[in-house]
Amino acid sequence: MPQGNYPLFYTFHFYLFGIVSVVSALLFVTRKSPVAAALWLVNTMFCLSALYVLLDAQFIAAIQVLVYAGAIMVVFLFVIMLLNLGHPSELADARGSGWKLAASAVGVVLLAEVFALTRARAPQTFALPPGYVGRDFAQQGAIAPIAGPLFTDYLLAFELTSILLLVAIVGAVVLGRRRVDAG
Amino acid sequence: MLAESLFFSAVLFTIGVVGVLTRRNAIIIFMCVELMLNAVNLTFVAFAQVHGVAGQVFVFFVMTVAAAEAAVGLAIIIAIFRHRQTVNLQQINLLKG
Repeated sequence: MPQGNYPLFYTFHFYLFGIVSVVSALLFVTRKSPVAAALWLVNTMFCLSALYVLLDAQFIAAIQVLVYAGAIMVVFLFVIMLLNLGHPSELADARGSGWKLAASAVGVVLLAEVFALTRARAPQTFALPPGYVGRDFAQQGAIAPIAGPLFTDYLLAFELTSILLLVAIVGAVVLGRRRVDAG
Repeated sequence: MLAESLFFSAVLFTIGVVGVLTRRNAIIIFMCVELMLNAVNLTFVAFAQVHGVAGQVFVFFVMTVAAAEAAVGLAIIIAIFRHRQTVNLQQINLLKG
C-alpha cells in the first residue's frame, strides 16, 4: 500500500511472511509423511495470502485462503487419508543421490537466474505511476477493480473457465468411479 | 517491494522444482506443482501493483486451472492406486515394455 519509503512495520511483516513461507516450503519438500507435508504447504499458502494483502490484493488473498488452503488442500488431504499413505513402506520416497545431485544443479541454476534478474532493471515504460493500483482499490473497494476487467475484457476467458471446470468435474467423476462391468 | 516479491516467488518456485525432482510419491510431486503455481501467482500479484490490476485477474484464472488440475489429477492417482496399490512413481512404469 505505501509507496516509496516503506514504513518499518510494513517491511518487517513482508519479510516475516516471506521467510516463513520459504521455510514452510522447505519443510514441506523434506517431510517424509504426506500429511505433515500437506500441512506445511497449507502454512505456505497462508503466508502467501498475507503477502497478497501487503501487495494490495485483498480479494485474491481471500480467494487464496478459500480455494487453495481451503478446497484444494482439503482434497489432497482427503486423498492421502483415503489411500492410507502413512505406512512405512510408502514413507521413504526420496530418490537416489544421482537425482538429488541433478535437482541441486537445477536449483542452483534457477537461483542464479533469480539473482541475475533481480540485479537487472525492470522496464519502466509501461509502469503505472506509484500508488495507482492502491488508490484504485481505496476508492472502489477490493472487488470492483477486479470484477470490471474480469467481466468485460476477459469475458471470453471467464466463460471458457466455466467449460474447463465442467470438463474437470466430468473427468474426475469418470476417472474416480469404480469399474463394475470390466473387472 | 517488487524485487523482494520476485525473490520470494523465485525461491518458492525453485523449492517446487527440486521437490518434483527428488520425491517419488505422486501426491507430494503434485503438491510441489501446486507450490510452483503459487509462486507464479505471487509474481502476478507483485507485477499487478506496477502494471495494473490485470495481473490479479490472471491469478484468478490460474487458481481455477489449479483447482481443475487437482480434481482430475487426484482422480487419476486414485485410479492408478486401485491398479497398483502404490503411488510410488518408481513402481508405476506402465509405458515400459
